[in-house]
Amino acid sequence: MREITYAEAIREALCEEMRADSRVFLLGEDIGIYGGAFGVTKGMVQEFGEERVRDTPLSEHAITGAAAGAAMTGMRPVVEIMFSDFLTIALEQLANQAAKAHYQFGGQVSVPMVLRTAGGSGTGAAEQHSQSLEAWVCHVPGLKVVIPSTPYDAKGLLKSSIKDPNPVVFIEQKLLYRQKGPVPDPGQEYDIPLGVADVKRAGTDITIVTYGRMVPRCLEAAGKLAADGIDAEVIDIRTLVPLDKPCIIESVKKTGRAMIVHEACRTAGFGAEIAAVIADSEAFFHLDAPIRRVAGLDVPIPYNPQLEASVVPTVEKILAAAKDLLR
Amino acid sequence: MKRFDVSSVSKELKIKMYMRMQQIRMFETRTIEHAKQKLIRGPLHLYIGEEANAVGACAALEKGDYVTSTHRGHGHCIAMGGDLKKMFAEICGRTTGYCKGKGGSMHIADLDLGIIGANGIVGAGMPIAVGAAIAMDNQSRKNVILCFFGDGASNTGSFHEALNMASIWKLPIVFYCENNHYAISTSSSDSLNIHDISIRALSYGIPGKTIDGNDALEVYLTTREARQRAVNGEGPTLIEAKTYRTIGHWIGDPVRYRTGSEEEEWRAKCPIRRLRDYLLGTKEATEAEIAHIDTEVKAEIDEAERFARESSDPTPDEALSDIYA
Ligand SMILES: Cc1ncc(C[n+]2csc(CCOP(=O)(O)OP(=O)(O)O)c2C)c(N)n1
Ligand SMILES: [Mg+2]
Repeated sequence: MREITYAEAIREALCEEMRADSRVFLLGEDIGIYGGAFGVTKGMVQEFGEERVRDTPLSEHAITGAAAGAAMTGMRPVVEIMFSDFLTIALEQLANQAAKAHYQFGGQVSVPMVLRTAGGSGTGAAEQHSQSLEAWVCHVPGLKVVIPSTPYDAKGLLKSSIKDPNPVVFIEQKLLYRQKGPVPDPGQEYDIPLGVADVKRAGTDITIVTYGRMVPRCLEAAGKLAADGIDAEVIDIRTLVPLDKPCIIESVKKTGRAMIVHEACRTAGFGAEIAAVIADSEAFFHLDAPIRRVAGLDVPIPYNPQLEASVVPTVEKILAAAKDLLR
Repeated sequence: MKRFDVSSVSKELKIKMYMRMQQIRMFETRTIEHAKQKLIRGPLHLYIGEEANAVGACAALEKGDYVTSTHRGHGHCIAMGGDLKKMFAEICGRTTGYCKGKGGSMHIADLDLGIIGANGIVGAGMPIAVGAAIAMDNQSRKNVILCFFGDGASNTGSFHEALNMASIWKLPIVFYCENNHYAISTSSSDSLNIHDISIRALSYGIPGKTIDGNDALEVYLTTREARQRAVNGEGPTLIEAKTYRTIGHWIGDPVRYRTGSEEEEWRAKCPIRRLRDYLLGTKEATEAEIAHIDTEVKAEIDEAERFARESSDPTPDEALSDIYA
């Protein structure tokens, strides 16, 4: 299979869906000639024109609201919000409007929109351009939340998100944009439904539940554990909402040990939800050790590169936590 | 003396506007009784005194046009021809209501009539109107969005972002500001350093007009002109209509922030009485015809009320439906 980058995979998904469905259009800051903050939409305005790749003023609130309005009236907008940190500004339209319209109007409208945004640290962009705010949106019923970790998943999940009749927050990972991975040729359709986790590495001794940029780190850690004779299972949940609970629960029943890894801050992070899902289930009776979370420290992301690297989970931290659980 | 030419407005339309205003007034007056008997929960933001705005503006719309409404939305819905039974039932939280009893007074929508929804977040309907206009543009439809909002909403960031976007893309939107001079207790003279909100149109390079929001005919003609401009592809217009809610912000509001004499002054400008007197004066309607309309509207409200009373509450499992499409 050919290899393309995560950013290219996302662009392919956008282009294919726009060619297939005239209702799909893009809305965002500097997504036209400039190609978007991370180059994802590069070249698209040339193919689709300025109406379908619509450069907007600097207005995150209205961009998101306009997407909601267009979605309610027959279109399938895909919004780009440059950094997931700016979700704070888009949140009103996302949480109070898009997420609730279907429910509060008694099912009369649906809001088939996707909000794409880039999350995560590691670029030296400091406190206001590095956060992982997925827990904020997971807490709002009516929204779906997707965070892909590979080019293959990014393409398949974005296509599913665009086709989904609900508002989907699609959080891309800045540090993965240039990572390459195998993706079927264009035109070779494949389907990744929302709400289905992917076991990225099968194992029997410990379950590591993770997503996004932490997936490659957990896989690296699992490789090192294997050298010590420990067989780790790595589950990439891929969609946080809806969450594939059976996949997690079955795995923990098998391994008896559960560890959750994410970059976002620990307190009230999505890992707490996953831990509760395990503790609430029959997997609880199979646990041989406490459920462990390896997460970002409860601090803003600092600028200095050493500091920045030190506040999010590293392969070493993941390894150490796993070994501790298996003692 | 009229400042505009009403000769283009048919007698039938004027009478229909009178009827719609009475529907709003009587509907809401009836909901007050229900609220007093605790048959309605939550806040009811009533439109009493402002009826000419919704009715005049919506009368200028054509089939396929959309409306975005506000927390004070009953009038907009009725003006668009909303089903009084489903509205009453919704406000009473019944399963037969517009939103199966799950939205209530602040969240009534009727997509078939083009009402994209009332809104509990002040100003939030404005970006949604922008999106609906983009959809119309992309679908090459010759229609417009009528976007209602208040003087309070004109001070939110949504106002600026939405007007700017609509103006740069020449979107088919009529921005209709119902300046009732108050945002809850805050007088617009305390929250605005200008007298007329319409002058803000200057910053977006679009026309801005201040009109008498208690005159249904002036509202109608101004909105019709703005609508025409929008469908011609010339872009949005900002209409500011001076008006007044002659009762509290919501039914539980003791209204301590303004004087009785100010209220009296505005009650004297009642938009419904005004159109009735006009119709009688021009002999386009007789006392008997007006009385007949009033009786018919009352019967409709009776029926809507009965429908709501006799409808059942949703079953508990209904709380779990419609979260996702
Ligand atoms: C964003 C937001 N802030 C505050 C409120 C509470 N609130 C409800 S109505 C209202 C006043 C709105 O004033 P205006 O826009 O003039 O509309 P009016 O009530 O006068 O029709 C306020 C402050 C709200 N619902 N939403
Ligand atoms: Mg007001």
